[in-house]
Amino acid sequence: MEALLAFWDGAFGSTFAVLSATLVRATPLLFVGLAVALAFRAGLLNIGAEGQLILGAIGASAVALGMPGWPRPLVVLCMLAAGALAGGFWAGIAAVLRRRFHVLEVISTIMLNFIAAAFVSWMVRGPLQEPTRVYPMSESFAAAARFPFLVPGQRLHLGFALGVIAAGCLWFVLRHTAAGFRIRAVGAGPRAAASAGGIDVSRVTARAFIASGALAGLAGASEVGGVTWALYEGISPGYGYTAIAVALLARLDPRWVVATAIGFGALEAGGAAMQRTAGVPAVAVQIVTATTLLAVLGATRWRARRRREAGA
Amino acid sequence: MLELLIIPFLEATIRTATPLAFAALGELVAERAGVINLGMEGAIIAGCLGGAAAALAGGSGVGYLGAAAAGLALAAVFAVFVVRIGSDQIITGTAITVLGLGVTGTVFHLAPALVGVGETLPTTGPIAVPLLSRIPVIGRVLFTQPAPTYALYALVPLVAWWMRHSHAGLALRAVGESPAAAAAAGVASSRVRALAIAFSGAMGGLCGGTLVLAQVGSFNENMSAGRGFIAIAIVVLGRWTPWGTAGAALVFGAAFALQYLVQSLGLALPYQLFLAMPYVLTLVLLATLRGRAVAPAHLGR
Repeated sequence: MEALLAFWDGAFGSTFAVLSATLVRATPLLFVGLAVALAFRAGLLNIGAEGQLILGAIGASAVALGMPGWPRPLVVLCMLAAGALAGGFWAGIAAVLRRRFHVLEVISTIMLNFIAAAFVSWMVRGPLQEPTRVYPMSESFAAAARFPFLVPGQRLHLGFALGVIAAGCLWFVLRHTAAGFRIRAVGAGPRAAASAGGIDVSRVTARAFIASGALAGLAGASEVGGVTWALYEGISPGYGYTAIAVALLARLDPRWVVATAIGFGALEAGGAAMQRTAGVPAVAVQIVTATTLLAVLGATRWRARRRREAGA
Repeated sequence: MLELLIIPFLEATIRTATPLAFAALGELVAERAGVINLGMEGAIIAGCLGGAAAALAGGSGVGYLGAAAAGLALAAVFAVFVVRIGSDQIITGTAITVLGLGVTGTVFHLAPALVGVGETLPTTGPIAVPLLSRIPVIGRVLFTQPAPTYALYALVPLVAWWMRHSHAGLALRAVGESPAAAAAAGVASSRVRALAIAFSGAMGGLCGGTLVLAQVGSFNENMSAGRGFIAIAIVVLGRWTPWGTAGAALVFGAAFALQYLVQSLGLALPYQLFLAMPYVLTLVLLATLRGRAVAPAHLGR
């Protein structure tokens, strides 16, 4: 009971809890959730959001540290662009491997996650390490490379607003444009899309893959620019994996991803508060994540079976 | 040179490869039945916890049993969803891994005494095989190892023979290539898949048990450290064969051992290069093996 109270206080109990904990933690989940939703919609099992996020964080950090003295809007814009490019590039490797060499993206993205982890580990001890060369982290960003806050006195930053806008854009593209239709058609059935729709399946999937990586890269840019203001090795505590739950619970609908990302953000914020005041370990939240995923899996299958039986 | 560098390096290679080989052999059997078990990481950490708790209660032998049972239990959940309900393998596997990490982490924080934090676990040290261990170099590298390594020496040929020559092994491969054809031949494909998943879970558990009882000597949160995913890479690098998998486990073991070697030599090379190398190698190999379909045709579906 005490633990539940602490959980509520930490997640929704005050303006501070919502604006400085829940929504801040929801931000990276929102971007990676969208990334996974887009990929799954296109029939791509991109489980490499973790690595794409890391690359995005590295790209944005390199820009932030490499543009001293530039005006803030320009630096922030370049950081976002670098994050998206780096994440898209990382997904692009898997996309090329899939398109040209028929390598299963499930396997290649797992490999790329490990390579990204080794890469960031080297970056924070090598090229991007802070000047005293003691800690495995980059120098703290200058003020011009820190994202503006949305509400004075709260930690909610630009990244969240961009995430919501990205969700709206992705929904519009998927629902109302020809490109979105092609992605959905390919995801629903590549053979039919090619034969009946005349769609170049491999090109559409490759582009969707890269766009998905760019979204995950933005999560990394938003974390270093809005939260940590420096590059760390452990920049992501497994956001790329939670993203699968976020996207799936939203039934791959970008609008609902906003809601589920906030839900999982609240879980993390509440979990942290629970650990602080009631001594319940924050990892217990992972049990909730896993059970939610399994429940969704069970329920969708059960519904599908019911529908099939009703139709037959 | 030989005494100070080469032999310790080879020893470390075998030591690092042992738990990896357990998990990879399990993953191999599941994948040959057409199931990618992404829940392997969860089975390993469950094995770590189960191994520690069981060893505390009944000694190291019971510990290994407990480890296998814990991995098996988690794999059973995976099997119910994937085989019974027909859920997506990738998503279910991810959920199982998160579940395993969550449950073990929570137990570790809430009941540290249960897993023997602060106590000494009964562990299994290296055993020198009479005669064989006295062969120069090879003896110290191959035959002065803890018991799980010796179990592997028997297990790899056994699995290879079983998969190639036994009736059940043929059924396993048939299910992975074409469940419809297997069913037409009278093979109960869902039972084969469920058993293959169970085996992979038990092997993942043994991987965890080896980590706790033969190497680290205590349970820690997240101590599986991605080995479940590495196991998947190993199977790919080993081109879905038992001997290939064993060889690939050695490659990964050597790559990880190499970073200690480089660090102890004080070379200026970044050690992360060696951490990343096996994964790059796997990707390159996958890309260049084009034209020869080596993966089971029905994998992941």
